[in-house]
Amino acid sequence: MIHSLFLINCSGDIFLEKHWKSVVSQSVCDYFFEAQEKAVDVENVPPVISTPHHYLISIYRDKIFFVSVIQTEVPPLFVIEFLHRVADTFQDYFGECSETAIKDNVVIVYELLEEMLDNGFPLATESNILKELIKPPTILRSVVNSITGSSNVGDTLPTGQLSNIPWRRAGVKYTNNEAYFDVIEEIDAIIDKSGSTVFAEIQGVIDSCIKLSGMPDLFLSFMNPRLLDDVSFHPCIRFKRWESERVLSFIPPDGNFRLISYRVSSQNLVAIPVYVKHLISFKENSSSGRFDVTIGPKQNMGKTVEGVVMTVHMPKAVLNMNLTATQGSYTFDPVTKVLTWDVGKITPQKLPNLKGIVNLQSGAPKPEENPSLNIQFKIQQLAISGLKVNRLDMYGEKYKPFKGVKYITKAGKFQVRT
Amino acid sequence: MAASPAYGEEKGGSSSLGEPEYGHDPASGGIFASDYKRHDDLKEMLDSNKDSLKLEAMKRIVAMIARGKNASDLFPAVVKNVACKNIEVKKLVYVYLVRYAEEQQDLALLSISTFQRGLKDPNQLIRASALRVLSSIRVPIIVPIMMLAIKEAASDMSPYVRKTAAHAIPKLYSLDSDQKDQLIEVIEKLLADKTTLVAGSVVMAFEEVCPERIDLIHKNYRKLCNLLIDVEEWGQVVIINMLTRYARTQFLSPNQNESLLEESAEKAFYGSEEEDTKDAKAEAASLAKRKPYVMDPDHRLLLRNTKPLLQSRNAAVVMAVAQLYFHLAPKAEVGVIAKALVRLLRSHSEVQYVVLQNVATMSIKRRGMFEPYLKSFYIRSTDPTQIKILKLEVLTNLANETNISTILREFQTYIRSMDKDFVAATIQAIGRCATNIGKVRDTCLNGLVQLLSNRDELVVAESVVVIKKLLQMQPAQHSEIIKHMAKLTDNIQVPMARASILWLIGEYCEHVPKIAPDVLRKMAKSFTNEEDIVKLQVINLAAKLYLTNSKQSKLLTQYVLNLAKYDQNYDIRDRARFIRQLIVPTEKSGALNKYAKKLFLAQKPAPILESSFKDRDHFQLGSLSHLLNAKAVGYQELPDWPDEAPDPSVRNVEVPEWTKCTSREKRKEKVEKPFYSDSEGESGPTESADSEPESDSEESGSSSSSGTSSSSSEEEEEEEEEEEEEGSGQQSEDKEGEEEEEKRKKRKEKGGPRKASPRSMVTPPPPQPVPSSNIISTSLVTDLEGLTLTDTSLAPALLSPAFGAVRTYELLHRMAGEGLSVEYCFSRRPFPGDPHMVAVQIQISNNTDAEVKSLRVSEPKLLAGMRIQEFPEIESLAPGDTASVVMGIDFCDSTQAANFQLCTHTRHFYVSIQPPVGELMAPVFMSENEFRKEQGKLTGMSEITEKLTLPEKCRSDHAIVQQVTSAANVGRVPCGADNEYRFAAKTVTSGSLVLITLEWREGAAAQLTVNSEKMVIGTMLVKDIIQALAQ
Repeated sequence: MIHSLFLINCSGDIFLEKHWKSVVSQSVCDYFFEAQEKAVDVENVPPVISTPHHYLISIYRDKIFFVSVIQTEVPPLFVIEFLHRVADTFQDYFGECSETAIKDNVVIVYELLEEMLDNGFPLATESNILKELIKPPTILRSVVNSITGSSNVGDTLPTGQLSNIPWRRAGVKYTNNEAYFDVIEEIDAIIDKSGSTVFAEIQGVIDSCIKLSGMPDLFLSFMNPRLLDDVSFHPCIRFKRWESERVLSFIPPDGNFRLISYRVSSQNLVAIPVYVKHLISFKENSSSGRFDVTIGPKQNMGKTVEGVVMTVHMPKAVLNMNLTATQGSYTFDPVTKVLTWDVGKITPQKLPNLKGIVNLQSGAPKPEENPSLNIQFKIQQLAISGLKVNRLDMYGEKYKPFKGVKYITKAGKFQVRT
Repeated sequence: MAASPAYGEEKGGSSSLGEPEYGHDPASGGIFASDYKRHDDLKEMLDSNKDSLKLEAMKRIVAMIARGKNASDLFPAVVKNVACKNIEVKKLVYVYLVRYAEEQQDLALLSISTFQRGLKDPNQLIRASALRVLSSIRVPIIVPIMMLAIKEAASDMSPYVRKTAAHAIPKLYSLDSDQKDQLIEVIEKLLADKTTLVAGSVVMAFEEVCPERIDLIHKNYRKLCNLLIDVEEWGQVVIINMLTRYARTQFLSPNQNESLLEESAEKAFYGSEEEDTKDAKAEAASLAKRKPYVMDPDHRLLLRNTKPLLQSRNAAVVMAVAQLYFHLAPKAEVGVIAKALVRLLRSHSEVQYVVLQNVATMSIKRRGMFEPYLKSFYIRSTDPTQIKILKLEVLTNLANETNISTILREFQTYIRSMDKDFVAATIQAIGRCATNIGKVRDTCLNGLVQLLSNRDELVVAESVVVIKKLLQMQPAQHSEIIKHMAKLTDNIQVPMARASILWLIGEYCEHVPKIAPDVLRKMAKSFTNEEDIVKLQVINLAAKLYLTNSKQSKLLTQYVLNLAKYDQNYDIRDRARFIRQLIVPTEKSGALNKYAKKLFLAQKPAPILESSFKDRDHFQLGSLSHLLNAKAVGYQELPDWPDEAPDPSVRNVEVPEWTKCTSREKRKEKVEKPFYSDSEGESGPTESADSEPESDSEESGSSSSSGTSSSSSEEEEEEEEEEEEEGSGQQSEDKEGEEEEEKRKKRKEKGGPRKASPRSMVTPPPPQPVPSSNIISTSLVTDLEGLTLTDTSLAPALLSPAFGAVRTYELLHRMAGEGLSVEYCFSRRPFPGDPHMVAVQIQISNNTDAEVKSLRVSEPKLLAGMRIQEFPEIESLAPGDTASVVMGIDFCDSTQAANFQLCTHTRHFYVSIQPPVGELMAPVFMSENEFRKEQGKLTGMSEITEKLTLPEKCRSDHAIVQQVTSAANVGRVPCGADNEYRFAAKTVTSGSLVLITLEWREGAAAQLTVNSEKMVIGTMLVKDIIQALAQ
């Protein structure tokens, strides 16, 4: 399946290569560079490239291209999903998935890659198993290792790999037994010029941090499970129970993981928590334009909208912007033409406003399109869909865990067309 | 390599020894001599006897490999350390070895013996890793050794080692394809494996080595379907893809009936798709000969078992299921995949890219499926261009008369985008909408004409091109637009657009007879200032006009041609010369002259505006070939449905007794070796998975180890489902008796060794031997009678009313037990020693011809809290004798299995007892008032209510009480109401009350209520009772 993997940074250096079958020369990456050159933007490099003898399937994550070499038919998503899993693992191990982190830990990276694939077929991809096999580096451990010469390779054999619940290792022990659930909902929306909603939906995830000893068996039930229209599960969840009773029943992995992701049924009208008033215009035959944007809170259920940030990709003809913000600060990058306005918290008494003059390149034609505004925001302690966790029960263990649920609503892909 | 001074410095902490040499890169200008020196240094470190130095050296070498540098000259020094004690050094040596063995074959052979030793290690993980490395060394000389190792590992007792063996198969195959036949044998053997761990890997091996041997799958088909949900994600993808192909060869098309309807519907919808209707017609013709379609139950099984995987977090799994449904499901059911696919659109952009490609293909064939999700394909300005274009493709495919206005409004927004490639694609899309939906053609055309005044060259050019295509379809009706475009020549400066307009006027000069010569006149004036591409079209226009309307344009044409004759561009000069020869009749002009008009004004076919994704679905969706729209290496064609269904009985599994025995014999030999001495890595679950064949029955994933009450309830559900399935599969047989029968067998399978996959009941297994013994209790007699596979169901009179029907379960089958067979039942008597224990009566019969000595229970493996009271050791059991003993188990009020070993003087068997939930309680007697009072306390979450319909034969007081008490060990509570039945019990361990109320309403309707603070027990009990009553 997966023959080789090359990691390439943005400047086109191949800084790591790994082969699971016979060696494939680096020169195969030339086809990739060619495609990269053709695609102006990194995002537009086609994920699948066909070359005379191989196929290249690549992903772009954290300024690194993961380019895998394939020789025979394989579902492309299989490879893409796996590569993302590799990147996730690096992230998990080193805290970031960057070129420096990978270079600093090149041996661990290599050992991980060795364990994750056997002959190009995924072998161990669960982070719990991998961590048993290869311990993640910590400062303390690297100091100890350099003194004692001991290693990051686990000396116990990973029994998790053999069990039927590969996501959980055996013999977990904590002094404080805790289970935290973050219900995070994102509003994806497209708002049109006049302020009416073209498209809006709520996507949510429940991220969990479970630190429980032994083999706890958890039951999580919702007050209103019918809200969830489409759900995808972590493999630990018993599907049948969900089908029949709409409860989540699972033996959790140890540590942080994503329990479910869901979409709220589209019949429900989505309450959009902010509104945007905008006036952006470019005058014909003059090198300036006006820019005036106000953001205000809408139905927000008594909660404050915070962390509001607006980013706008201005047209190429824009040279500079002279604006005044009544709240927060703005920056305009004249190279990428990106305007960022960091608003912060919205108080209904005084609505934040950003207003001023746009300077255009003289002589350039007036931009035809007004840029669309991308808004980010956050509302604490609110799940906008109204989803509520009813209760969490634990079976199989005797102790009483500490349980916590947190709700957050965020803007997902929230775009206002102007 | 520009970034040469990278690693050494950046690496920091961990490599503090001998840093500097490492930073140099031989390729980037290090002198060759110094290169040698550096390697000498590493060699020295590797030769030292300090592990830390060795480790340091290996780390550096691995870092070199990682950067693609040559470290092959260190091979001898490294390979020496293959037997190093330090596990990390060892691992890194393996990495090195696998990388360079191919280049240094002779030296690599030195390491082989280490791995051969590893293959014999008592620890399964070491065996597995030895096999893994051994098989990764690509040295042809060791092929026989690898073959041997694989064969041995394939019958290893550890499923993990067997999995590794499956992984090794394609490696060996790629090294030496002559081994194919032998490898197929191994694959065949591993395909029969019942563990989830192996399933994915062996199917992967199957796909790489012998995908054409579809016959190997028959016997394992049902097992694979049933195991699927518990296989790891990557294995699921491979299995689903393989099963899609399998199903295409074995089942009939589920849509053959519908194609008739489809034909008329689709014709009305879009007349342009002629091919579709043609297909449908052909199908309809052949349909006439066919019988009405009934879906094969195995086909249904596959669809049903894959559906839950749409909820997987893994995009590849979701896609695999989606393509399976697209290719295999009846039209009405395909819709379920849309939701899941739309969900994937939230994922990484690469995932979006692949999913959208597939959605684009699907949306052509099954438009209705994605229509509800139209808005999910709306485009954001922040999407990458390639995603935008794919979304546009999907939107265009989804457009129909009802939603076209919304879509066009959306397109209007897109046209103003800054991303010009995207705008061009949008214009194309509008063009396609206009061709497909006649209603909006004029609107679209007008919109496009407006775009002609766009400032952007690309937009205008694209619009002109699209307009040109649209006009070509019905030129007669649109002379207005042609006129309008002719006017545009005054304003439009974009050469491409000017050229297109000129071509259009030339082509349809007959529709605009007055304007055309005028345009030519204007163009002739400005000819010298035009771009080349425009000049060519001016000549073209002139020529066409000359042919149609020579009176008005003769002079103009001459003028233009003269201008062109002296043009700077030789293309234009050439063209002018050529055309002059062709159209202007002279003495010298040849025969072609006569045909000039035909040549220039031939009827040109209108370009077809259709999706580039049309007909891509002949590739299996989700495949690389589909994405590339070209056959990739190793792609397996998706076969067409067969006309006649192949024999479905090939999937029936017979009792493969002899094979089982031999393999088990082999395993046993190993068990006798000092296996238990190695305590290090063997975990509980594994052992039970290996040597306890009964626990890896079809539900092995959840049953054998995870150990929770809910998992077993899940199992129960699965079982129920299977039963339904069987019922529908063989309607002709006596259903009631049959089901009873099956249930019994299934129970036994759960307790005893697997004899056959659960769906194999079509072929009856050989009758059970009735142990000749005189100690059999009456209840056992009834049970054995039930086992003799007659069609009669149990006569109610035989049931002992005190205990209800006592079922017997198999603990150890006589095949697995080498002649020793053990059965157990729940006697429902209180266990004498301990009131918290459930009494289990065990019946041991010795069918061997030798005495069995010192039978006892040992090494119970129990979950926390569970206890076991062993029965007193049986000194000896003569051949043919049967002994009955009672043991007590405290199940802690859970339906978790109690695992223990049953030992004889020579052997031990792993067995497990799993109680049905109804046996976890003991009856209590209470008055009606007490019952009401207790029930009042147990409401809310502790109350479970379910509606049911009572079958005909369960509508008497007697039958109801009978069935409920047989399902659970409960006592009846007197009740005033006529149609109400009440039962009460306490769980054995914790003594929590379980109250059951069955209210019989008019007719067959009834309502069952269970009140218990143990919710899990309550839920499971409701299920069990309903099941019992439904029989």
